[in-house]
Amino acid sequence: MDAILLQILNGLDKGSAYALIALGLTLIFGTLGVVNFAHGALFMLGAFCAVTLNRILTLSHEVVDETRTDFLGNPLKVDVPYVYDILGEAAGNAVIDWSVPLAILFSIPIMIGVGYAMERGLIKHFYKRPHADQILVTFGLAIVLQEIIKYFFGANPIPTPAPAAFAGSFDFGAMLGFDPNTIIYPYWRLVYFAFAMIIIAAVFAFLQFTTFGMVVRAGMADRETVGLLGIDIDKRFTVMFAIAAVVAGLAGVMYGPINAPNYHMGMDFLVLSFVVVVVGGMGSLPGAVLAGFLLGILESFASMAGVLEVLPGINQIIIYLVAITILLTRPRGLMGRKGVMED
Amino acid sequence: MFGLDAKDTRLVLIVAVLTMLAPFILNPFPEGSELAQFNAGYPDLMQRFVIFGIFAIGFNILFGLTGYLSFGHAAFLGVGSYAAIWMMKLLTMNVVPAIFMAIVIAGIFSLFVGWISLRRTGIYFSILTLAFAQMSFALAYSVLTPLTGGETGLQPKMADPRILDGSLAEGTTPRANLFGLQMSSSYELSVGGWLFTFNAGYYLAAVVMLIAFYISIRIFRSPFGMMLRAIKCNQQRLNYTGLNSKPYTLAAFVISGMYAGLAGGLMVAMDTQVGPERMFWTASGEVVLMTILGGAGTLIGPVLGAGMIKYMENIISKINSTILHEWFYWMPDGLEDFVVAMIYPFIGKGWHLTLGIMFMLVVIFLPGGLVEGGQRIARLFGKGKKAETDEGGTKPSSTPAE
Repeated sequence: MDAILLQILNGLDKGSAYALIALGLTLIFGTLGVVNFAHGALFMLGAFCAVTLNRILTLSHEVVDETRTDFLGNPLKVDVPYVYDILGEAAGNAVIDWSVPLAILFSIPIMIGVGYAMERGLIKHFYKRPHADQILVTFGLAIVLQEIIKYFFGANPIPTPAPAAFAGSFDFGAMLGFDPNTIIYPYWRLVYFAFAMIIIAAVFAFLQFTTFGMVVRAGMADRETVGLLGIDIDKRFTVMFAIAAVVAGLAGVMYGPINAPNYHMGMDFLVLSFVVVVVGGMGSLPGAVLAGFLLGILESFASMAGVLEVLPGINQIIIYLVAITILLTRPRGLMGRKGVMED
Repeated sequence: MFGLDAKDTRLVLIVAVLTMLAPFILNPFPEGSELAQFNAGYPDLMQRFVIFGIFAIGFNILFGLTGYLSFGHAAFLGVGSYAAIWMMKLLTMNVVPAIFMAIVIAGIFSLFVGWISLRRTGIYFSILTLAFAQMSFALAYSVLTPLTGGETGLQPKMADPRILDGSLAEGTTPRANLFGLQMSSSYELSVGGWLFTFNAGYYLAAVVMLIAFYISIRIFRSPFGMMLRAIKCNQQRLNYTGLNSKPYTLAAFVISGMYAGLAGGLMVAMDTQVGPERMFWTASGEVVLMTILGGAGTLIGPVLGAGMIKYMENIISKINSTILHEWFYWMPDGLEDFVVAMIYPFIGKGWHLTLGIMFMLVVIFLPGGLVEGGQRIARLFGKGKKAETDEGGTKPSSTPAE
């Protein structure tokens, strides 16, 4: 029982990332009808927003510290981040410590800009082109984005620690009456899960309860008619693309402390996210979220030692196997709607 | 000739002459001169030209004719490679059974993958093939390690049984050969400042590529090829006329899988080692790029694209900042540094950046690839005489099957 609970928890954080990326992919697909292979790259850009903010905050200048001396008796030179000069040492430290959550604010304008530029500059010209062309051009864009990041940040993963307050682990076992230390779970992953839930809820609320969201939903159902009603639907779809980019970016920002960001993390997630979208049903937002969590949890169950003994290597391929089965038995995916991407 | 009309015969002959004389053509600069780094006439690179040419020709039969975009073709290449290396380990170092087995196994594997994947079309098909390829990659890396050597890969060893070869003499290393002719053996011809290398492995691969190219022309011109084009044009209408398109697409899929297996087998014949990384999905993306860059749906396009990409990969990754400084030494100092700094991200390790940009530019501005570019230029000069340059007989259509 406790093992099962642990695996579900373990699957949640990966599932959250899948769900967020798949949500963005589905938003783009549902509104613009574009298959965006560069979406993983947006996830990666988000993670590197956090890295960049951390670097900016820790920018330092050398100061001679008179109170301390090195072993030769000379006054010691210490690197002091500029933040200390502005905010004082205690507040400066706190700001640096909280750089990942702060990067949320930092990344939103960046991701909006990137998303807007991408849609207006590139994707716009591909609405009428076949899906193959869309796949290819966004695939090229993904390569370009990740190579640019590699050029500036290098090929190695860059550790981005979570705030010290979230460094420890939470003992679920003790809370639920199991033995202590059987089910422990890092705080940051809980934060990530909660954060993902908030974002998902926000996106759904935005679509469901605002006029803007209503128009977008109408446009997803029948673009032409909405256009005939005198609404500039293209403009709203551009905004939705930017929102999808922000969702992917935020997923990336917060994922940094779980897995140190590197330049190809986007590609690693992209393939799986596409599988998630297909399993959930092309164009179905709840389907994408559901499938994201389901597959994340399935993957973590498949990596249990007991399962691996019976079926070695199953953890590597379980997601693909599920995807193939679903595509062949329920071609529309778990929650796909009729008429969306039916050949 | 050989059942081809005059135009196709001319095309085959041109390609034949070009591949046979490649060691001359690709080495236009004398040894030791400053431009010698642009030479491509050494065996390793020439082999890659023709092998990836075969891979792209095969991919083009599927993508160019039927419009089905497979994102997992590298898996067949990898499976073919593993089959070939096992033939070398178990049977003989002769490359014939290895290549034969590579084609057969890749064909069987693609039959299985195609049978499942082709139930869906459009983007679903792409994702299914991608899923299969990623699965093969993951399995080759982990569970199938006894069969694939895992991360280290496979290479022939002294201790392998090799039933037909008998035991090797002490101290010799097993080398791939064609009935005794070693693949790595070369004849070097020195004329003036030039050095031309004629490599046995290259000529084997080149001959195989010519055969593959000839078969692909026959497929393009056959009633079967017409059916495939009809599928790309409008699959629904084809179904309404009472034709079942599945056998045709499946046949195209298996044929292109066998081409990929052939390429994989040849790779092993040239360089007797295999690792799972050649099945990674970016490798599948590369062959897509080659086909698109050259011109999908045209005959000569994929070969051109493969050659172009492999050449640029090789040359661009070799350039470093010292060479750049040499090139621009005639500029004023500040400007020189600036120009070098501007170009630097795109060369050497930045090759992938150049590749990505090229990829985007081609898809955006030249969806028909180099062949279409050539046609446009020819039309520009030849005003009205456009029929001459129509290489593939078909213009790349912008409506694939979905």
